This record gives sequence, C-alpha cells and structure tokens, in this order.
Amino acid sequence: METVKRNKDDRVLYIRDLNISFQTAYGTVRAIRGVRLDLFKGETIAIVGESGSGKSVTVKTIMGILDSNGVIDSGQIIYRYKDENGEEQEVDLVKMSQKDIRYKLCGKHIAMVFQDPMTSLDPTMTIGKQIMEPMREHYNISYNEAKQKALDLLTEVGIDNPDKRFKQYPHELSGGMRQRVVIAIALACDPDILICDEPTTALDVTIQAKILELIKELQDKKGISVIYITHDLGVVAKVADYVAVMYAGRIVEKGKINEVFYDPRHPYTWGLLSSMPDTDTNSRRLYAIPGSPPNLMEKVPGDAFAARNKFALNIDYKEEPPMYDIGGQHRVASWLCDPRAPKVELPAELVEKLEKMKKEANINE
Amino acid sequence: MSEIRTPLLHVENLKQHFKISRKFTTKAVDGISFDIYEGETYGLVGESGSGKSTTGRSIIRLYEPTDGKIIFDGHDISGKLSKEDEKFLRTNMQMIFQDPMACLNPRKKVSQIIAEGLEIHHLCKSKQEIEERVADVLDKVGLSKEQGTRFPHQFSGGQRQRVGIARALVMNPKLVIADECISALDVSIQAQVVNLMKDIQEETGTTYLFIAHDLSMVKYISNRIGVMHLGHIVETGTTDEIFENPIHPYTRSLLSAIPHPNPVVEKARRAITYNKDEEGVDYEAGYEHVLSETHKVLATDEEFEKWTKK
Repeated sequence: METVKRNKDDRVLYIRDLNISFQTAYGTVRAIRGVRLDLFKGETIAIVGESGSGKSVTVKTIMGILDSNGVIDSGQIIYRYKDENGEEQEVDLVKMSQKDIRYKLCGKHIAMVFQDPMTSLDPTMTIGKQIMEPMREHYNISYNEAKQKALDLLTEVGIDNPDKRFKQYPHELSGGMRQRVVIAIALACDPDILICDEPTTALDVTIQAKILELIKELQDKKGISVIYITHDLGVVAKVADYVAVMYAGRIVEKGKINEVFYDPRHPYTWGLLSSMPDTDTNSRRLYAIPGSPPNLMEKVPGDAFAARNKFALNIDYKEEPPMYDIGGQHRVASWLCDPRAPKVELPAELVEKLEKMKKEANINE
Repeated sequence: MSEIRTPLLHVENLKQHFKISRKFTTKAVDGISFDIYEGETYGLVGESGSGKSTTGRSIIRLYEPTDGKIIFDGHDISGKLSKEDEKFLRTNMQMIFQDPMACLNPRKKVSQIIAEGLEIHHLCKSKQEIEERVADVLDKVGLSKEQGTRFPHQFSGGQRQRVGIARALVMNPKLVIADECISALDVSIQAQVVNLMKDIQEETGTTYLFIAHDLSMVKYISNRIGVMHLGHIVETGTTDEIFENPIHPYTRSLLSAIPHPNPVVEKARRAITYNKDEEGVDYEAGYEHVLSETHKVLATDEEFEKWTKK
C-alpha cells in the first residue's frame, strides 16, 4: 500500500508552528494556530476542512498572496528548490517579503490553480497569450518558442484543436475547458509544487472526475508535488496520498490516506465521514455535525471542537489537546487518544460505514 | 399507489428557446414533460448547460416559455397570465436560489427580507401578525428571533441559506423550487440544510422541485428523479429505479462520476464517459419507452434494445 516513501531529503516544503492572525475592525482573528506540515517530492497532500478553517490562508502564505491585514506571528515555511544553475536552495518563505516571493517563486516554482476558472482568467486576453505570459516573463524566450510550448501544453491538458483554441477568449470555452487552460498556465514553467484550491468545486461531477484524473496524470509524468484544498472527501479519496484535517486553524488529524479514512480517531473526522452521502445505503437521513465553527475572534479555551462534540470530555473545555502519535504517520489532536481517556464507542452508523468501506477495499485487520 | 392522483404541477412539452442572433437560437429546454405530485420531492439532475435551471425558472415564470403547457394546481400558468393567476402563482410557488449572498438584499435586515413577500401580497392584517409569522419561520429554520435583526453579511453561508429557505417558506407555498440550493455550501453544512428541508416537508407537506448536479445528495431528498441532458429529460423514475437500474448511458455516466469516500476503491475507479455524438444518440428521434409506471427512458427502438441488453 506504500505509495511514496517519505525520506527527509525529499522534502520540498515544510511548515513549522505557523501562526497567522488577521487585524480586523472588530479585533484580532487568530486564523492559523500552530500548523505543522510536510510536503515531499511527487506526493499529493490534501487539506480538508470547512470554510473558515484556515486551509486557504495556509496556502496563500506559501504563495505570498496573504491579504494585507494578515500578520505572520511566528513559524517557518521552508521551501527547497533547484535554482537556474542547478544548485540546491533553501529559503524561509516567512522571512521573504511578499513581493520577493511573487517575483522569484510564484509561477516559476510554485503554481496555483484557483477555484473559479472564469475569475482567474483575464477575459480580455486570448488563451494563447495567457499561457505564454509566465514563460515570456520568467524565461525571456522568444514568441515562437513560447507559442510552440503553449500549443504542446494545450494538447497535454487534453484540449483538442489547440491551434484554434490558442486564438480564442475565455468566454468562448466551457467551464471544464477553462479549468484545463488554467492548469496549462500553472504548468507553463514546470513548477515543483502545484497548489489546487478547490479546483473542481465550480464544475459539475462528470467534469470533476476528468479534471482530477488529468492533474493526477500530469503529476505522475512531471513528478510535481500537489497540495489540494477541498472540503469534499470524495475528491480527497481519489487523489491524495496524505491527508490533513483542519479545524478552526489547527490540524486536528493527519496521516496517510488509508490511516485517516479507515481508522479515523478525531470526532471531527468522524463527523465529516458520516456526513458524506453514500449511494448504497438505504438510510433516509444524513448525519450532520451540529452547530457551526467557533468564532476565532475570541480566544477559544480548550479544544475548539468541544462545543460541537458529543464525546467531549471535561478537559476539552479547559486545555487544548496535544498531538498524539497513533503509529505510522498518523497524528491526532484529541484528548480521546490520551491513555487516561475513557474508551469511546464510535457511532453505530459510522462503524457500519467503515466496515463496508474496508470490505470493498479488501482490507483486513 | 394505484389510484389516479392529480399532479400538483403538470408540465407538458415545455420549450424555452433563447434567440442569440438572427441565425442562431439556443434551445435550452426542448420539449420536456413531467408531473410532480403533492408532498413529494422531484429531483432534476444534469450537468451544467443541460437546462435544469432554465426549467425551474420557466416554471416560476422568470422567463416567458416559448411553448408548452404548465398547469399548477388547476391553474394554467403558461402563456399570458391573468391577474388572479399571477397572484396565485407568486404566492404559492417559491424559489430558493443557489448563492445565498447574491440573492439577499445586503441593505435589509433579515426579518425585513423575509417579511417582504407578506407585505407585497397583503397576506397579513397587522404588523404584529407579520412579526409573528417571521418569528415562527425563523424558528422553523433553526435561527433565533434576535438573529432576524441582523444583516445578511453577519451570517455564515449555511445560515444565509437558512434565511433563503425561510423567505420561501413564510408564504406557506405549495411548491418550492430549490435551484442548486446546496451546491455552494460545505459538505457538513449541506447535510444540515438537506435534513432541514426534509423536516419541513414532513411537518408542512410542502412539495419540492429539487434541482442539483450532485446525484448523491439528490438521492437523500428525492422520491423521483429526472435526468436532463441538453434540454431533454433522458430518463425519469423513482430514486431506486434510477440508482439500481439505470438504462440511459448518460444516467450511467452520471452515476459513475459520483466520488466515493473510500481511497482504495476510488483510486482504482474510472468514470464512464458519455459523448452523445460518438454514441450516435439522437434525442430528437427518440420517444419515451416505458419500463414501469414510473420509469421512462427517452430512446429510439434500436437504442433502447441496445441499452437494455447490456
């Protein structure tokens, strides 16, 4: 089942104890609270969480496009890459200015695919010109050379008739086609890291599957690392090697995909898995996590999920749980994993669901 | 269910064409027929551009239908509307829209937004009565009365969608058209909203026309499903019929595209692709083949034979 062997030397990006807050008119919002994450070469990680859990803020920091009222309080984001001369470089993105990140790294080494392809494309420029733009900017190559490469890229992302498409404008293409163009732009400079911020939320299911397969295929071919941001566990199951579940600015559970999906330990992950609609079960009611995420404006005492958690212990309201090592790559921030904690029975429906999932996947314990 | 029920909404051969230029007309909806019975939920699914939203908007008369007949609770609401019919339509049919931020007036308080329909149609005798009904409906959708004094931007996405639902329900409508009303929400919030809609249906017996592209969610809420593609309903049936015995290749491709939250299975799975032209399927030539009382497929004879044999 081992997909990518994790070797310390293969790390392309690692985040340590990242804390970010936003200054708003109503006070300080602590959006990211101590995030720690590793990204290895050729690997896909997925960051899962509700809106407002801080997943987008994390990757925006990597891209150097954090909003102007955002402040990085502490932490490190170390990025390792090979520069033009083929030498290994190691930089701390937190210490670089946003402008520097944008000029030196964005587009060239780290590229991003946004949620809505219509808003991320320029409606006044032809597709071809937009794909050529990063190459002309970063590599200073001639028009003809760039055009040839753009046509190759269009073919690569599965757009037929590239010569015709090259001259078209974004509004002439369908949603799926537009997203393919955005991916082509992101790949124009052969980046090491591709960040996909909900790349398929604006698309419908049939096209979603195709786009995900395309990204996977390109990733295998070029050996890039991909960070997915999504709230759809179906998408995660399809693409990710490694999952990090975020809640209220913290990573509450992370691990290899099979560890998290077949043996979830955090109550929030239980809730997420239970609320996924299932096409085979006959139950007519869907589980929903009660309540809504906490307001990060106020300091949350203890575990941020406690108020929505029916398994909450007394200590959950007083102290924040540390990260527990469950074995393998699996880490969970929940007091329930403490050896002193009482044994908790998983909800019956979830147990049934997990059993069925394991059976379908032929995993025996 | 052998007795003959009269449908609450009867749609017959509905066409909605948009003239783009002198030479070109988009046939967004091209001759569809279906019935919705009282108290049930009819799910309309299809990819973007299949005409499902247009259908909803034509029925509630946000568009002028090009052709066809729409009968809503005994009133003909296609063609030119009389004053009474228009009032009947506007008070008894309501719509919930996709983007809850875009469809709520940012300059009005939530209680004002909800009360607007009541005021326009003079449904309440006094201010007090309006207040009571607004408070009732807020309670029904799980918001507190105090939250009615806030503005839409002070709510989260899920709460805003609840306001949208409250606005539709305050009129006590017979039919609610929910146009992709959960697509813009997070998965865990989607479950909350779907459950809420089901609870309300149980309590009040409202009928829903539920438009979505996500078949897995539609399964939880719908009694019957219609699958739309390029302006035609290609297959219709009860939820079980569609999920257990899909006939049309387009329905099959839609079903195969649903992601499963199961990593091992999901990684190995490939979605079935469907291309109308490659398969040589002609919607114009096809007619409705009846499999059972409720299950119907649009196909020509050869196509039908080919699909059922597999």
